[in-house]
Amino acid sequence: MMRRPLPVVERPDAWPASYGDEARPRLGFFTDTTLCIGCKACEVACKEWNDVPADGYVWTGNSYDNTGGLSANTWRHVAFIEQDRPLHVAPSKARLREAEMRDGAAGPDAAPLRDRPSGGAPRGDGYPPPDAPRGDGGEGMRWLMSSDVCKHCTDAACLDVCPTGALFRTEFGTVVVQQDVCNGCGYCVVACPFGVIGRREIAGSKGVGMAQKCTLCYDRTKDGLEPACAKACPTESIQFGKLDELRERASRRLEQVVARGFDGARLYGANPDDGVGGFGAFFLLLDEPEVYGLPPDPVATTRDLPSIYGWMALAAGTLGALVGLSFLGGRR
Amino acid sequence: MTHFDSIGRDRRSRGSNPAPDSYYGHPIVKEPVWELGIPIYFFFGGLAGASAALALGARLTGNARLARNATFAGMVGVVASPPLLIRDLGKPARFAAMLRVIKVTSPMNVGTWLLNATGGGLSVAAGCELLGILPRLRDLATTGSGLFGLPFATYTAALVADTAIPAWHEARRELPFVFIGGAASAAGGAAAIITPPSDAGAARRFAIAGALVELAAGFVMEHRLGLLGEPYSQGRAGRLTRLSRVTAGAGAAVMALAGRRRIGATAAGSLLLAGALLERLAVFEAGRQSARDPRYVVDAQRRRVAAGTSRGASTFAGLPDERETLPAAS
Repeated sequence: MMRRPLPVVERPDAWPASYGDEARPRLGFFTDTTLCIGCKACEVACKEWNDVPADGYVWTGNSYDNTGGLSANTWRHVAFIEQDRPLHVAPSKARLREAEMRDGAAGPDAAPLRDRPSGGAPRGDGYPPPDAPRGDGGEGMRWLMSSDVCKHCTDAACLDVCPTGALFRTEFGTVVVQQDVCNGCGYCVVACPFGVIGRREIAGSKGVGMAQKCTLCYDRTKDGLEPACAKACPTESIQFGKLDELRERASRRLEQVVARGFDGARLYGANPDDGVGGFGAFFLLLDEPEVYGLPPDPVATTRDLPSIYGWMALAAGTLGALVGLSFLGGRR
Repeated sequence: MTHFDSIGRDRRSRGSNPAPDSYYGHPIVKEPVWELGIPIYFFFGGLAGASAALALGARLTGNARLARNATFAGMVGVVASPPLLIRDLGKPARFAAMLRVIKVTSPMNVGTWLLNATGGGLSVAAGCELLGILPRLRDLATTGSGLFGLPFATYTAALVADTAIPAWHEARRELPFVFIGGAASAAGGAAAIITPPSDAGAARRFAIAGALVELAAGFVMEHRLGLLGEPYSQGRAGRLTRLSRVTAGAGAAVMALAGRRRIGATAAGSLLLAGALLERLAVFEAGRQSARDPRYVVDAQRRRVAAGTSRGASTFAGLPDERETLPAAS
């Protein structure tokens, strides 16, 4: 009987070369958080389509976010951030108003909203408290919403460290777990710099004890359909398509929102030279990534593998030297 | 700054984000799903690997009794390891799933092959010893397991370093030395317990040297890491670290002073075994603590960004007059 030799995997990321003619254009998401209205249709559509189990009805008290974060049972997560700063800044106007307030020459436009008749007079019940900071015309608060998802990294640490080869790169350049191969070792869980992938522990559900994460709806994309979350998004905050087209569209959109005075707009994960080689699912954010629970400078841990193995080899050699030295002395 | 936000709500309440550098204080990376069996496996794996190497040294120098006893001590590690791993995976077949490929980018996969090679060699050598047969096969097996034992005792450090867990990944230089130190002190200690002192000189020296390497590497690691050294010295991990250092230090001292007597060697060996186990538990717990607190992820990465060594995941392109206050990635 002929036995196939064991496959030796040196670099599992060999896309698209390893697919040859079967390689398809790389697919991804561009999540434009300036358009997100926090409806969570993406969360629901994802759970429905992918048969992801419920993970409890929890009231967190953290704005409208009762989901918490991505996990084995949450493949789309909408974050809600409430901030004491305006959503739009027309820089010159804001500066002007600031100067006016300082000089005590504020016009009616600069009066705090709740001090104006239409904006609600103080209610006399001690609310808001007298030492509360005053708003600036109702624009002093902004509510950031963002639908988070697996980044489908170009250099995916989860895929690299997977000891069984259960995690693989599809012909679309996305990263997917094969449920019939995963042995539930949990290595991918700690390898992901974003804390995306998890091991499912809900008894009675499918795939218990195995790694679970967004598949970019591999079953749908294979049939030319868009992923469930993008399909369900009512504002096109979640845009699905070919990654290079999305990157182009995103840079145009960034220019647009900056010109409109969105404060702090930036692309996150659109740079192919970053620590994970660029995200397959990237974002337009309005604040620092950590504000959304995202790492500011993610790096695939396997980028340091040469140094990790180097130090390991040095230590193993030292252990050998310790054995040798121990036998230099006498038998007693 | 006042405690109330623009809509008059208490900023300290849960409704508003208390820590601006994180999302409601949620962790960014996931805490390991591994349970206590995994750091205990790290200990037994180290014991097995270093014992195999010690057995080879003893065989080469003609110390048959030490060679046999180190082989048996290694077998304890080999026998204990698979059940601990399978317990974490859920069922035995899942362990076999790791043997369907050889995957260099996965230290866990590499380690599974090292476990098989070291464990297989030790098992053959131990079988020959017990039955008193096939001395040449025994020597061949001892040679193989002794050589594979060196990386096998070390790879678990590479395994935890090759993760996004800040206290593990950033400690990738020192952790292998902490782990081989613990492995040597455990293997030397175990062999010294079960071997008459007249044949156990090398085991005692191996144990003492191992404990010293373990202690020194631990101190260097904690101090080099700075902020990321905190998890090793605080909370549960800190208590485990201190306990392991006292235990290992005491074990090395007793071994040096009283190791030539059986009772002294037994006490010292036990302390060294305990110290090595505690050290693995401490490292494991430190990793969990560093994963739980988003500060350790964000601060280290922010510092990279500030130092201009960021690889540029977040490209700020906001308003020109704000740009100076926010770090721009290259």
